[in-house]
Formats: sequence, structure tokens, C-alpha cells
Amino acid sequence: MTIREIVQPLGLKLVVEGASDKEILGGYTSDLLSDVMANAKSGYLWITNQKHQNCVAVASLLDLCGVIIVGGTQPDEDTVAKARAEQLPLYTSDMSAFDIAGRLYEMGVRGPIQP
Amino acid sequence: MFRIDGGDFAGAGAVSSKIKKILQHIGTKPEIIRRASIATYEAEMNVVIHATMGEIALDATPSIVHIRILDEGPGIPDIDRAMQPGYSTAPDEIREMGFGAGMGLPNMERCADKLDIKSVVGIGTTVDMVFRNE
Ligand SMILES: Nc1ncnc2c1ncn2[C@@H]1O[C@H](COP(=O)(O)OP(=O)(O)OP(=O)(O)O)[C@@H](O)[C@H]1O
Ligand SMILES: [Mg+2]
Repeated sequence: MTIREIVQPLGLKLVVEGASDKEILGGYTSDLLSDVMANAKSGYLWITNQKHQNCVAVASLLDLCGVIIVGGTQPDEDTVAKARAEQLPLYTSDMSAFDIAGRLYEMGVRGPIQP
Repeated sequence: MFRIDGGDFAGAGAVSSKIKKILQHIGTKPEIIRRASIATYEAEMNVVIHATMGEIALDATPSIVHIRILDEGPGIPDIDRAMQPGYSTAPDEIREMGFGAGMGLPNMERCADKLDIKSVVGIGTTVDMVFRNE
């Protein structure tokens, strides 16, 4: 499943399209950057309330497949510009992190630690 | 040798990203690049957040990577305490940006095969990291 394929079912709003045809290899939800650094893996989709441009630096260092900024938060202008430069898919949603993650889980996306 | 400026959140992460590109260019194993990128980013952010200015030096072959981060700043009074997960002195406005979980140094320790921190209070901190094929 790619980001492009989840846009409609989740009602995501497009900010930067980037490489949205990459496979989603997993998901992680956090607002703490060094938590994401420790636990998100390459190809993961990151769900966050953060809107600052450091998100893009984290996402591209980890080769994440994209970022969804939730809770109706809008990314900073610098964040959008940087995401565009890095070809990083960036979307927003009015839904909460909990609801977006729950929907993705239903669709088969998993996190790093499995019971 | 790359320069980092304390408090420069706009440029933050640029040095780590350059180092990642250099390692990719010389053909370092992806697994080492990943660990080195994470640890370098954490060290770079520590300079931006906690110090005044710093420099990063890279010495790399495809199989072994040395990274040294040297800063001028307040130094770390108790390194053992600073290494503990969750310990952070980051101020509130920095926490709002998602920093200050107190997980940076533990991440560096986990990612590097060797981590050596030397610090003098009031002068600055030097972090040496080695990454190699296991
Ligand atoms: N280069 C440095 N100069 C001065 N103090 C430092 C430096 N690096 C770390 N510290 C001290 O060690 C503490 C722990 O560092 P660590 O990187 O683990 O957490 P943090 O930077 O506070 O938060 P996080 O990395 O999770 O965003 C810091 O809060 C700070 O007090
Ligand atoms: Mg830190």
C-alpha cells in the first residue's frame, strides 16, 4: 500500500505530493523527535502534531515514506518548502493521531514492536 | 569539517544530512549509514540546543566511520546523569518543537559501536563516535 492509496479513504489533505508512490513499510506516532529517531524505521509513515521544519530533517535522515500532521495543525512555511526540496510526502488531517493510526492499523499498517 | 551554530534551528540537521550523503557516496553499508545518521543528528541537535557553536569532523572508509563533534558551550557537569534516558535540561520553548525527551544521548549510545564523551564545564564538550561492521 502506498500513501497515494490511503489519501482518499483517510480524507488526507495534500500539502506536498513528493514521492507518494513509495510503499508504506510501517507506521509510528510521536511528537518527540528523538523518540522517532529511536523507533521509526526506513519506509515508515510518521504521524505527528509537530509542524516545525525539523520534522523534515528527521524524516529524510530516516528515509521515512511520508509525514501526516494531525489534529488540524498546519505545517510552517519552512516545513513545506523543505519537504518540497526533499520530495517528502506531506499531508494533513483534522483527525487526531489516535484516529489516523487506528484507521491505518485496520488497513494493515504496523509499528516496530509486535506482540 | 562542518560548522554548527548554537540556536540555529533553521539550519539544524544540515550537517547530518551532508554526512549521510558523503557516506552514501563512498559506498558505506546502509546499516552503518543509518546508525551514523541518527547519532550524528542527535549530536548536532545537542550543539544547536545546548551549546554556542560546534564543529563536526568525519573520517570514513566504507567499513569504518569516525565522527567527532566538538563544541564551545556550558559543558556537561555529570555525564552519567546526562546519559540516563529521560534526563533533559531543555527549556520549554525547545520542548515545544519536539526536543527534550532526554533520549538523544541514549540514542547515540545505542547506535554507535563506541561512544566517548569528554566535557569541561564552562568550556565545552567533545563527542567521539565509531561505527563499523559488526
Ligand atoms: N553538547 C552539549 N552541551 C551541553 N550540555 C549537553 C550537551 N549534550 C547534552 N547535554 C546535556 O545532557 C542532557 C541530555 O542530553 P540528551 O541529548 O540525551 O537529551 P536532550 O537533548 O535534552 O533531549 P532530546 O535529545 O531527547 O531532544 C541535555 O538536556 C543537556 O543538559
Ligand atoms: Mg539531545
